Amino acid sequence: MAHDDTESTGPTRAGVINKAPDYPIAAPRQYPIANPLAEYLLRLGDDRLVLGHRVSEWCGHGPILEEDIALSNIALDLIGHAQSILALAGTVEGQGRDEDALAYFRDGTAFRNALLVEQPNGDFAVTMVRQFLFDAYSVLLWDQLSRCAHAPLAAIAAKSLKEDRYHLRHSSEWVVRLGDGTDESHARTQAALDALWRFTGELFDRDAVDDAVAQQGIAVDHAAIRALWDTLVNDVLQRATLTRPADGGMRRGGRQGRHGEALGHMLATMQSVARAHPGATW
Amino acid sequence: MLTRDEVFAVLQTVPDPEVPVISVVELGVVRDVEITPDGVTVTMTPTYSGCPAMREMEADVKAALLARGVPNVTVHMTLSPAWTTDWIGEEAREKLRRYGIAPPGRADQGGFVTLTRARPAVVCPFCGSTDTVLQSEFGSTACKAIHSCRACGSPFDEFKAL
Repeated sequence: MAHDDTESTGPTRAGVINKAPDYPIAAPRQYPIANPLAEYLLRLGDDRLVLGHRVSEWCGHGPILEEDIALSNIALDLIGHAQSILALAGTVEGQGRDEDALAYFRDGTAFRNALLVEQPNGDFAVTMVRQFLFDAYSVLLWDQLSRCAHAPLAAIAAKSLKEDRYHLRHSSEWVVRLGDGTDESHARTQAALDALWRFTGELFDRDAVDDAVAQQGIAVDHAAIRALWDTLVNDVLQRATLTRPADGGMRRGGRQGRHGEALGHMLATMQSVARAHPGATW
Repeated sequence: MLTRDEVFAVLQTVPDPEVPVISVVELGVVRDVEITPDGVTVTMTPTYSGCPAMREMEADVKAALLARGVPNVTVHMTLSPAWTTDWIGEEAREKLRRYGIAPPGRADQGGFVTLTRARPAVVCPFCGSTDTVLQSEFGSTACKAIHSCRACGSPFDEFKAL
């Protein structure tokens, strides 16, 4: 947790133990950020935009009809949350960019999402474990933000919280069903958890942007969120007969625009229509 | 120029595009109407953040008022307080039931998310049985869940509590 590893965001090679090195690593470079609130809102919005797009990739490919519909509903909610947050980010930024400009006309290095949400869908277990790890965090974060002193953000948080609680229950139930299912589903779900765990540390990082927005009334207690997240995640994993991976070398960098290869491929698809036909309406 | 009550009466005739048996007023998305010197300002709130029907509702509200001779309609969107199904009144719930959609239960008031559902079984809108099974909390629209009834064998939608 205490070190920074931005060199590799891919899966660990077979036989390489994913643990924190025992030598000190320099703290990540901090760049001065002109508008911390806009930056903070981009982080919130991009998490939901990128995850929403990832989940929408399942549309028409769900394992069963009900799940196809559920995933499409969840994607729609997340993109709705992103739309509200990015619209606010554009206003706060004050450079005339609306939510569409921010979603479709920024390149990968300008995205501020955590690495977890950009990870490819993989099999259904990967998608559901990714969703569960994020939902648990997101519900707790919205709960705190719904009580923050920034009224427009608090309103979005209160609304999004209600919808995210449905998502969390859905993803929790799937993790239990898959983990405590067949040998095959258990093995795949454990593998998904092992592969995605290294991206969870970044969710709880606190940096100068968080400190700056705390001065503006958006004070999030990261430690409290982390503690509740641990409780919630441990409970579900235990019911799912899954083993919580050890906190090894956590991958980070998404909040500073240092992403893995997968995000670029995703954006190439997501942004292609808007860029081929700028300003088009229908 | 219409009065505030008359505007509400017009909006009472604008159906929810996805659940046309209730109006946008009964759905609770019309929060306020203000008569201004220039026209009418209607304050609305979205049901679900990503609900694709919201723009439709906004357009329908403007069209209905235009048809009654109110050309200058401004729709103001607000997110706070967040929409809740608790705003759907008893009469509208009965309409939903007759339409084959189980009306929403009481919305959860915060609290920690758990895997166990404490809420009572959803009553089948067709036969009134409580012997029903939740199939999925995500249905054909953002606001509905899918159930099935063991007693009469019917699948049915529930307007889910939010």
